[in-house]
Order: sequence, then C-alpha cells, then structure tokens
Amino acid sequence: MSSLLELQHVSYAYHSMDGELLALSDISFQVEEGEFLAVVGPSGCGKSTLLSLICGLLKAEKGSILLDGRPVKESRSKIGYMLQKDYLFEWRDIYSNVMLGLEIQKKRTPENIGRVERMLATYGLSAFQHVRPSQLSGGMRQRAALIRTLALEPGLLLLDEPFSALDYQTRLEVCEDIFDIIKREQKTAILVTHDLSEAISVADRVIVLTKRPARVRAIVPVSFQLEKRTPMTVRNAPEFKDYFNTIWKELNDRV
Amino acid sequence: MSEVSICQKEYVKGMNRRKKVIHFARFFLLAAFLLLWETAARREWIDSFIFSSPGRILTTFYQMIQDGSILEHIGVTLAETLVSFGLVVLVGIAAAVLLWMFPSVSKVLEPYLVVLNSLPKSALAPLLIVWLGANVRTIILAGMSVAIFGTIMNLYTCFTEVSPEKEKLIYTLGGKKKETLFKVVLPGTIPNMLSIMKVNIGLCLVGVIIGEFIGARKGLGYLIIYGSQVLHLAGFLQCRISWKGKREPVDFRGEMWYAFFSIGRVFVLEKEVFYV
Repeated sequence: MSSLLELQHVSYAYHSMDGELLALSDISFQVEEGEFLAVVGPSGCGKSTLLSLICGLLKAEKGSILLDGRPVKESRSKIGYMLQKDYLFEWRDIYSNVMLGLEIQKKRTPENIGRVERMLATYGLSAFQHVRPSQLSGGMRQRAALIRTLALEPGLLLLDEPFSALDYQTRLEVCEDIFDIIKREQKTAILVTHDLSEAISVADRVIVLTKRPARVRAIVPVSFQLEKRTPMTVRNAPEFKDYFNTIWKELNDRV
Repeated sequence: MSEVSICQKEYVKGMNRRKKVIHFARFFLLAAFLLLWETAARREWIDSFIFSSPGRILTTFYQMIQDGSILEHIGVTLAETLVSFGLVVLVGIAAAVLLWMFPSVSKVLEPYLVVLNSLPKSALAPLLIVWLGANVRTIILAGMSVAIFGTIMNLYTCFTEVSPEKEKLIYTLGGKKKETLFKVVLPGTIPNMLSIMKVNIGLCLVGVIIGEFIGARKGLGYLIIYGSQVLHLAGFLQCRISWKGKREPVDFRGEMWYAFFSIGRVFVLEKEVFYV
C-alpha cells in the first residue's frame, strides 16, 4: 500500500543576489493516512519551507513530492494549510471568514455550507457567527481558522506552528482543541513546531531535522499505553520524559 | 446600574467644566479679534482700504448673496472640485491596482511618479490652459494634477504593505492574484484610502482655485483674482472665508471657526496657494 504523502530526496535553495542558501537537503519521508506527524528542528532550519513545498507554494529543485501517488502541484486543493497566526479578516464576521475558502473556490453549495455550519456548531462557534474576529479569544480564533481550512475538506492538513502566537495557557488549551478536532474529522496532519513537548504530545511520529541545510536527523515513533490519548494526558504519561530526552539528544547532537 | 462614586462624579463635573471653558475661550478669541479689527479700522489705526474690516466684509458678502453672484461662484468651484476629486479617486485606485498587479511595471515607473509628484503643479496650470484652452475641463484637470500622483504613490505603498502571510493564506485556500486583490488588498486598505482621500479633497480644491486664477470667468479663484486686481479687498477677503470654510467639509463648524481666523492670515494664505 502506498503512503498518502511521500517525499523523495527533496532539496530546496533560496536564491538572492548575494548567493544561494540551501534550506533543505535530501529530505525523504512518508506520511500514512490518518497519521499525525510532527516536524521539529532548530529555528530557521527550513521547517516552514518544507510545508510550503508540500502544499505546492514552492517547487522542489530536486526530488519529488507525491500526494496519493501524484505530484502535489496537481492536487493543491487537497491540502489545507494553517499559518502561524489566524489571519481572520476584521472586515468579515466569523461566518464569512470561515466561508472564505469556499467563496474563493466557488464551491458554495448548500451541502458544503451545511457542513461548515455543522462544524461551527460542533466546535462551539455557532453563537459567534456574526461577531467580528477581534471579539473572540485567541483559542476561538484558532478554532475558526481551522474550520476555515477544513471547510475545503483537505485530505492532508499542514500546521505551521499554529500555536506560537498564543500565551502558554491558551496554547495548551488550543492544542487540546485542535488535536480533538483533527482526530474527530479523521484528518492526516503534519505539525511543524520548535516546541518538543508540543510535538510529542500530539504526534504519532516525530521527525527531527538538523540545522540548515536541514536533513532528516531521526524519525522517532511515539506511542503511549493510554486508553484515551489527548495532548494533556500524554504530558503526564511516564513515557513522555523518555521521548523528550531521546529527541532532545537527537536535536543537540553535533554531526 | 452600579452606583457612581463621588470621585467619578467630581471627575465628570471637572471635565464638563473644562469643556465649557475651552468653548468659551475659542469664541472669545474670535470675538476679541473681530472687535479689535473693526475698532482699528474705524479709528483709522489701520487703513481700512488696505486691510478691510469685518463690517465691510459682511456688507459685501450680503450684497453678493442678494445678487446671487457668490452662490454661483461657490457652486461652480464646488462642482469642479467634486468632479476632479471623483476622477482622482477612480484613476488613482485603478492605477495603483495596475502597479500592484505588475511589480515590474511599477519598478519602471517609480522614478517618473516621484518626479511628476514633485512638480510645482501651480506652474503647470498656465501650460494646461495653453494646451487645452480656458474651459471647465482644464480647470478640472488642474485640480486633478495636484492630487493624482501622490494618491497613486500612497495607495500603491499601502497595497504593497499588506502582509505576505495574508497573501499566502489566500493562495493556500486556492486563490490567485485576483482573489488576493479583492479579498485582502482592497478591503484591507479601506481605512488608508479614506485618509488619503480626506487630504485629496483639499488638494483638489487648491488645484481648482489655481486653475480658476488663470482661466475662468466663474468660481472662487476667479473672484480672488478679480478682487485683488481691482483692489476690492473686502470682496477678496470675504471669498477667502468661503473658500476656507469649504476646504474640509467633514467638520464644517470647526472649519468655519478656522476660516474666520484665517482672515488675519490672508497674506500667509496667499503664499500657501502659490507654493502648493
């Protein structure tokens, strides 16, 4: 069986008049259907670049990226992207903010609209549909941003440090929320973060990248013997510390 | 309602009193100035033929209202200003959008825009008259010429300052440049557009008046030139009042106060006009 997403020897460099900057070098990994993958690495190592490549915003210079066995360029609409900030537009209310994707892709069918409205209801935003984003808490805004992404029914979800703009407490709550939504909607997701605990708390596998140019340093499978796994319960599990130490060591090992 | 504390009451009372004092002082200053001016003219401390007097201005204003000429002049200037303002809005937004769509074109045109914007537009007016004739079209163009280049540059800058992350969001939702324009750039820069346009209506008026100085038979600019040429200073000063009063229609009352004050600054204003 082939994987949902497959990266084969992907390299990417940024070009400027001052010269060439190799951001990613020979990256290969697979993501299986329904899996939650976390990517960690030192800041500025090219994690965001990796996501931009996967969603087709940038084109890999070497290697190939296949989604469902086809090049990503052809299947861009199957990939959802969540940015570091929510970027909800203040001139739209929450309802038309979450409908933005459907509006752009001209897919505002009754069926799609109904589905998004159900999501708003399920995740506690119905009462705030006609409210401006600034009146919502940071956590609610992130949920709205996620629903905006999920409205297009992406097969693969890319999360680019979506909690980094929040304070610590909100961050834990939102992480819990987002994890719950992703699991309930049965999405495959790749989370990029520099926060090790966060990565371990949500991921089935953690990919550790090296400093720039980023290479895959290690792939650490994470599993817990818990009945119901949530980011919070995992943080208290005995295995958590071991995973943390393993990944910490991988991150800090000099080559 | 919760109970208001004594300190809060004291504070509100104090603020209200302060507001009253400020309003009174404003009015008092104006009244004192007019009174001093009028007295100075009557007692012949100053030559009322050169400096006019509030009484003479009012008399002339009254006469011009009676024969209807002032309303006609104001109407003409107002109409010309509004048309040139409307055109500046349309052309300015369209040009800025085009520059935003084609960054290479904007790179090519940038130095030209800077040069055009820094041209002394009042010097352009006589040329426009020679090229296009002394008619309303020319005056409207003179009004536009003062505001248009600055508008394009400012709008374009606002457009380019829209966060690239927001553009990225639109792309990840499957949109292209067109969607970015209509969903992010235009709605996101409306506040900036409004503040640019607020400045523009004043600039258009200045341009129109300059145009009228040279090539019109109607309008406030014509009246100013006519007044100063026949040394009919009363008429000259009085039309300053109505000009100033119309400059920023948003806060009409405040502007009228300002207008009355500017009577005293008339020669300063004269410079302003020629340096725009």
